[in-house]
Amino acid sequence: MIKSRSHKIGDWVIAAFCLLCVLACLLPVLNILARSLSSADALVKGEVLLWPVGLNFDAYMTVLGDSKYTWSLLWTAILTVIVTLWSMFMTVMCAYPLIYDNLKGKKIILAIILFTMYFSAGTIPTYLLLKELHLLNNPLVLIIPNSISVFYVIIMRSFLFGIPESLRESAELDGAGPLRVLVSVYLPLSMPVLATLALFYAVGRWNGFSDALMFMSDRTYFPIQLLLYNILNSITSVEVATQEGFSSPGLSETIKSATVMFATVPILLVYPWLQRYFISGVTIGAVKG
Amino acid sequence: MSTTKMSKSLVYMKRYWILYAMLALPMAFFIIFRYIPMGYIQIAFKNYSIVQSPWQMEWAANHGFEYFIKAFSNRDFLYALRNTLLLNFLDLLIGFPAPIMLAIILNELAFKRFKKFTQTVVYMPHFLSWVIISGMALQLFAPTTGLVNILLNNMGFESIPFLNDPKYWVATYIFLGIWQSCGWNTIIYLAAIAGINPELYEASAVDGASRLRKIWHITLPGLRPTIIVLLILSLGQILGSEFDRPYALSNKLVSEVSNVISIFVYNNGIRGLQFSLSTAVGLFQSVVCVIFLFAANALAKKSGDRGIW
Repeated sequence: MIKSRSHKIGDWVIAAFCLLCVLACLLPVLNILARSLSSADALVKGEVLLWPVGLNFDAYMTVLGDSKYTWSLLWTAILTVIVTLWSMFMTVMCAYPLIYDNLKGKKIILAIILFTMYFSAGTIPTYLLLKELHLLNNPLVLIIPNSISVFYVIIMRSFLFGIPESLRESAELDGAGPLRVLVSVYLPLSMPVLATLALFYAVGRWNGFSDALMFMSDRTYFPIQLLLYNILNSITSVEVATQEGFSSPGLSETIKSATVMFATVPILLVYPWLQRYFISGVTIGAVKG
Repeated sequence: MSTTKMSKSLVYMKRYWILYAMLALPMAFFIIFRYIPMGYIQIAFKNYSIVQSPWQMEWAANHGFEYFIKAFSNRDFLYALRNTLLLNFLDLLIGFPAPIMLAIILNELAFKRFKKFTQTVVYMPHFLSWVIISGMALQLFAPTTGLVNILLNNMGFESIPFLNDPKYWVATYIFLGIWQSCGWNTIIYLAAIAGINPELYEASAVDGASRLRKIWHITLPGLRPTIIVLLILSLGQILGSEFDRPYALSNKLVSEVSNVISIFVYNNGIRGLQFSLSTAVGLFQSVVCVIFLFAANALAKKSGDRGIW
């Protein structure tokens, strides 16, 4: 097809606009990176734009030398792995039985699950229950109360529905029970959706802080985001030093940038590789949800 | 029950009991962590007492509605209500159309590899937590050392207090919301565009339709069902309030516009221990959300669209 002149100009206008969007997303991250690598002096003078001024790694060394911060990073990483495995297990256990048409009571079970999407008891009732269960200030409170996302169960179930029933039937003819069918037929074919949901659960836990803010007071188990919140919102470096245990104040602004980089980089390294999967995951959710 | 029917269900249970066993843990989760808290909702209508179970507590005055009346005569709550509505309304007005436009523009992007790269980059902010975005914003918008104000100063403008002045804070809040989610929300629209019959575009090309005409007459109508569904869901959340975003972005200087209902509940309930009041506020919010969702859905169905159920 031959393109008209105005169409071609349009192509370039659109490309220029997209380039602006790309820059709007990338430049802030680049700026923070440059700040974290600059000297505190240049930063205060307002010289740092997109390139480090007075390149040094002091801020990173300080952050890495701070046992509270490194422990929080490690603890959040452990927590994220546990939450992802546990939530994926629960999500599959919830979604798989619900694809069996002849499952008795399926409608009631679905109604019980879906109702929680539209109406929730609210923060305080949940808080009071957790208090009753002695989960407040217990590390389990960062894992158990949000074990399953109903929305992800819907995505999982829609995906499983898409797998031809004939595969299940032939496996059942060979004498396989539901568990066997799940392990050897469904799960191997579900890698895209498993990868997507695992990414969502992992990102949710890595980025989450409100549950810890509300239900935890023991600083030992603060996830990285909550620690980061406290660091970023402390006005003076002395406050950072005393509250969060940083031993050497003074570098505070570059340190703030470095702490942001540490909490950001793990996700930035992972998500582009899973793009193909999460696009299909989101799309399935949109169609059925 | 006849014997054949009984033996049939025995066979059925023998084969499928494992499915119920699988469901046991998830159902226990929903009942314990989603339904049992609903029993605690009655605290909204009762005088909270730490030593009694919610069933034993005394009913509040005014036929149990004491705490709702208290909430609506509480200045902080009225501010929180106003702020929640204002911020959500602006999100809907500006933040809702943004991904639709971006999806259409991305779809028109002629250079395929650049398109893929653009998509990857614009999805990125969705993966950043609000604490990180707030940290970045604090640094980018810092009055003297931040990138944005340095550029403004270099161009001869005064520094702008993006995060420290209520008016600018609202604008920054909305802008950062778009920055974070606009790219991600294009995924659904792009999928919907991909589902539009390509013959429509080919036919219109034969008729010599311009790019804008194709967008107006083919792409937008093709997106209509998706837009309606997402609009219903957004309308259902008009009084809903996220916690992470306003909490991470707010500070003492802007609390008059940044305190939304979720933050009010946190401050008065978990920190202030006024459980009855904050439960009442939370219940009010949940009920209004459900009502709005149903109303928006009914409205969509009335105008001939499919709705969400």
